[in-house]
Amino acid sequence: MKLLTLNFLTCARKTCKSAPSSFPLHPREAELEVVQADVNLAFLKNILPRLMWGELRTITGELGLPTLPDTAPERSALFTAAAAVSETTTPGVDPEAIDAPEHPAPVEEPEETPTQTAIDLHRILLETCIKEGKLVCGNCGHEYAVKEGVANFLLPGHLV
Amino acid sequence: MSRPEDTLPPDLFYNDTESRKYTTSSRIQKIQSDMTHRALALLQLRSPSLILDVGCGSGLSGEILSNDAEEGTPGGPHVWIGFDISASMLGVALEKEVEGDLFLADAGQGVPFRPGTFDAAISISAVQWLCNAETSEESPAGRLSRFFNGLYASLRRGGRAVCQFYPKNDLQKKMVSSAAVKAGFGAGLLEDDMGTKNAKTYLVLTVGGGEMDGDITGVVRGMDGVDVHDDRRRIKNRKGEDKKGSKAWIMRKKEQMESKGKVVKTNSKYTGRKRRIAF
Ligand SMILES: C[S@@+](CC[C@H](N)C(=O)[O-])C[C@H]1O[C@@H](n2cnc3c(N)ncnc32)[C@H](O)[C@@H]1O
Ligand SMILES: [Zn+2]
Repeated sequence: MKLLTLNFLTCARKTCKSAPSSFPLHPREAELEVVQADVNLAFLKNILPRLMWGELRTITGELGLPTLPDTAPERSALFTAAAAVSETTTPGVDPEAIDAPEHPAPVEEPEETPTQTAIDLHRILLETCIKEGKLVCGNCGHEYAVKEGVANFLLPGHLV
Repeated sequence: MSRPEDTLPPDLFYNDTESRKYTTSSRIQKIQSDMTHRALALLQLRSPSLILDVGCGSGLSGEILSNDAEEGTPGGPHVWIGFDISASMLGVALEKEVEGDLFLADAGQGVPFRPGTFDAAISISAVQWLCNAETSEESPAGRLSRFFNGLYASLRRGGRAVCQFYPKNDLQKKMVSSAAVKAGFGAGLLEDDMGTKNAKTYLVLTVGGGEMDGDITGVVRGMDGVDVHDDRRRIKNRKGEDKKGSKAWIMRKKEQMESKGKVVKTNSKYTGRKRRIAF
């Protein structure tokens, strides 16, 4: 299971729905695996505002991964736009304003290169996977087993 | 033709042998691919999105989401998360090394994600299975309601879902779409090749708010062979208006009774059978 998924998955029990501690699920005895994937910059830009950064930090901490920065990166820190934009941006011009037009064209976006920040984020969210172990609900303590990267969220009838 | 749904629960029907047979059939590959493309056309995604695939099976539907626009996936490549009730199907997906993230879960138990997780969701040829409850404690209506309530909450405002499914009959079609409407979705049914043995039913669902056009009639109107059933007008009446004793009021009461489980199967052949969980 990718850490991306873990940043959205909650305990499946109905009684845990409204309990804040049912998210995030906490990995235990986790064996990690890195599965390579192509960097998808447009996806990273899309998902960034939806991440719960504090919880991502908690999880990476629990997994013994390098500590993440206190706050999520800015969207503008994920890419350098086109060759035309040099390292030093023109003073007084907000790079966000250039890079995020109000009505983005459907396809033809200017060539953008992912920064190291984007590549690191990609590595954490989309390439770092829990291969074996379990995920534990902080509210009810239920343990979801993970085998071959697949978590078992089937609840026994009495827990549904 | 017999319906597999009427023979066994899904996790037993899709065992190792059947899962392999299903996935390697070039006829099935083609049909699932065509239907996934149809669903994608209805989702109208413009950029790489986070998509849920409900009943993803061995990944025949999901793997198309990972393609880019040039390969025929609008807005792609998308990132997807899929779940399925059959460990064997997921096993085949693992062997194929699909790019989506997979987990084992029963849609009839809900959708375990925090609110507003997904830009969109698809479900290809799976939802009809929810109409067969496997134990006496569960009713199809209850399972459908848990599924659609969970799906609704897991989508972003302005998000969409497309569920292609094989309704057994009109009653089942209605039971499924009304469960979606009750969960809060704007819903429309799109039927391809209506009246033929290749008929395909797509339930197109929208979540109000956000920048996307939340009006379902706008989504499917004007497409070939589209039959729009907008259930929302009737639902709106629900909120009050109807005079007690009027025909509309009686109809509403009747529907409420129906939704309270009049279609509940009291028992089934599979009651008490051990479920296979271990991989
Ligand atoms: C015909 S297959 C379709 C698989 C895949 N979507 C495709 O297009 O190839 C139907 C799938 O729905 C799954 N399914 C049935 N009931 C389910 C449930 N309650 N929860 C999750 N998946 C379910 C089955 O295990 C099976 O993999
Ligand atoms: Zn819990």
